[in-house]
Amino acid sequence: MAKDFTTSLRPALTLTAGFALLLGIGYPLAITGVAQAVFPHQANGSLVTDRAGKAIGSELIGQTFASDRYFHPRPSAAGKGYDGTASSGSNYGPTSQPLADRVKGDVTKLSAEAPGRAIPADLATASGSGLDPDISPDAAFFQVDRVAKARGLGVDAVRQLVRRSIDAPAIAFLGDRHVNVLALNRALDAMGHPAP
Amino acid sequence: MTMQGWTLIIAFFGVLLALTKPMGLWLHALYEGRRTPLHALLGPVETGFYRLAGIDPNEEQSWRRYAVHMIVFNAALMAFTYLILRAQYVLPLDQNHFAGMPEHLAFNTAVSFTTNTNWQSYAGESTLSNLSQMLGLTIHNFLSAATGIALAFALFRGFARREASGLGNFWADCTRITLYLLLPVSVVVALAFVACGVPQTLAASADITTLEGVKQTLALGPVATQEAIKMLGTNGGGFFNANSAHPFENPTALTNFAQMLLILCIGSGLTWTFGRAVGNTKQGWAILSAMMLMLIAGVAVCYSQEAAGNPVLHHLGVAGANMEGKEVRFGAAASALFAVVTTAASCGAVDAMHDSFTALGGLIPLFNMQLGEVVIGGVGAGIYGFLLFAILAVFVAGLMVGRTPEYVGKKIEAREVKLSVLAIAVLPLVILGMTAISSVLPAGLAGPLNKGPHGFSEILYAFTSGVANNGSAFAGLTASTPYYDGMLGVAMWLGRFFIIVPMLAVAGSLAAKKYTPATAGSFPTTGPLWIGLLVGIVLILGGLTFLPSLALGPIADHLAMIRGQLF
Repeated sequence: MAKDFTTSLRPALTLTAGFALLLGIGYPLAITGVAQAVFPHQANGSLVTDRAGKAIGSELIGQTFASDRYFHPRPSAAGKGYDGTASSGSNYGPTSQPLADRVKGDVTKLSAEAPGRAIPADLATASGSGLDPDISPDAAFFQVDRVAKARGLGVDAVRQLVRRSIDAPAIAFLGDRHVNVLALNRALDAMGHPAP
Repeated sequence: MTMQGWTLIIAFFGVLLALTKPMGLWLHALYEGRRTPLHALLGPVETGFYRLAGIDPNEEQSWRRYAVHMIVFNAALMAFTYLILRAQYVLPLDQNHFAGMPEHLAFNTAVSFTTNTNWQSYAGESTLSNLSQMLGLTIHNFLSAATGIALAFALFRGFARREASGLGNFWADCTRITLYLLLPVSVVVALAFVACGVPQTLAASADITTLEGVKQTLALGPVATQEAIKMLGTNGGGFFNANSAHPFENPTALTNFAQMLLILCIGSGLTWTFGRAVGNTKQGWAILSAMMLMLIAGVAVCYSQEAAGNPVLHHLGVAGANMEGKEVRFGAAASALFAVVTTAASCGAVDAMHDSFTALGGLIPLFNMQLGEVVIGGVGAGIYGFLLFAILAVFVAGLMVGRTPEYVGKKIEAREVKLSVLAIAVLPLVILGMTAISSVLPAGLAGPLNKGPHGFSEILYAFTSGVANNGSAFAGLTASTPYYDGMLGVAMWLGRFFIIVPMLAVAGSLAAKKYTPATAGSFPTTGPLWIGLLVGIVLILGGLTFLPSLALGPIADHLAMIRGQLF
């Protein structure tokens, strides 16, 4: 047993150092080099820029929209909401009173927007990451009336825009259809502001 | 539930089955130490490592030596990571000026990554420098996985060899698995992930101003390289707090599908390798069939619960599936499948928050882990855990017909049965013991976020996840306290090495036996009867001890949920 221990020391220490260099330094740095050269957009966070070249968001990360003129994302438990340095879900269990209270508050607000309609599940629940960039098509259609009214646009035109903005997974059954909120809102801004 | 959801589930199992034999063949080449096409490129690295470390790859090690060398190596790696985490503030690539981790958190994290658990008591993006992520953690993702597969190889050799004293060479196994399997697959997968949107940069963050004019800082880093091996090695430790729910770790439904396959592909391949090693691939398929039955049953329950949704929210006027803690791009089906896959294996990555699953939807991940994660299981750990159950299954069959039990040509005798029971008993002993203690001590009761039965579930889940080396969490539990960091650190260590040592002893004992050819009186270990017996033994021995605790936690929670009682 003692001999087993003494014979293990040199390989253990040498391989710790060797693998640390290979796997902890070499592998990530080499991939970083290739990724930055071949996929610079994705490797740096899939940032979206405005016409002036300023970064206004990431294709992949949700952001807060409070104005009636924009489609709203889901409730977020990341920091104070969509905090890109504090991803988190609410972690409320199914029988949590704080969960029920939060949902009740959101339901009251949402019902005022579209009275009598069932509220799409994703619009009243916080995502796992708190940074979900998407809402379901139902959740987008739910908000069409409000956005159209705030912008003085035709309801049908906005609904058309939502329909065009629906993304499907690369293979249809892999996940759910969704609408990227930032992309939808940018398209909305691009529609212009007809005089009321 | 939808057609789309079931199509996903069926397609997933189809692709996994198709990958089993190719992966098994590749693993078998490494098991035998044969030359692979990759040797041309990486062979010099392998021999260089051996020369520097003074390793003779052909030296046969007894089970004791194999065990001691494995433990010393893991202890050295753990110490290395502990030091890096403590000292990250003086090391490079700490652009955010994070402090060193406190002792209890660094201890917990070092144990966690060494034992392939990857329980995360910290939030990556607000605690760890890029160097700590790369050097401190990614290295364990490779080597704890390689250790697991090497141990499975050792047990396979125990079954396959006749009157032998050696189980192979730990260093050679570990090095070959890392160089010829884990590293090359990770390189390809990491680049594919980057193409799909996973960041890979040394920058720590990007600042943006949103459309409404609010400042938002996005945490970035070398995510893709960690993500690839995190899944392939069933480690599960995410770069970010939200793990694979974070859009930077898992940007699309396609990456999500790939991540689930990565979790299980080595585990399912190893069943084939086992069959080949003992000279009959049907033995491997029989094991995989038993695993698949349990896996599919788990998915069916979990998916149906999540798709049905939470009646408490329905009552408030919210329609549809349970989307609390889930991402829209995945939806209920992909989230439920991921949850079952990640806990069937000892991965513990999550693409949705298990804490917010419905009561019974959350029971399935918990139960999967309590079975010892033998439903395909973690890389290596799944199959060696399952083979211990197989030993007990032939023992029970032997008792029923009154013959000395045999399995794949080896007589199973008192020593093997005792050691197998010892290894399997660690799980209930530590999980239930520590959960009980934490349910009465003030330091333990301070942890749960949720009240009522769900709070108990959070504690139970934490120790289950720790001992089973899974690493997923009912993340409402505040675990970054000295109490939980310490208890869970010990739990993870016990759960890993107190199974491994008896398991290696079984391997040593089996290797020394002579081959006993099957006769007309031998119990056949390939047909449906055997598969049924295996499932029964796993459920009864692995699962039954936990039923009372499940009744207090998720089942009580479910009854409350139906009645609309809130806590």
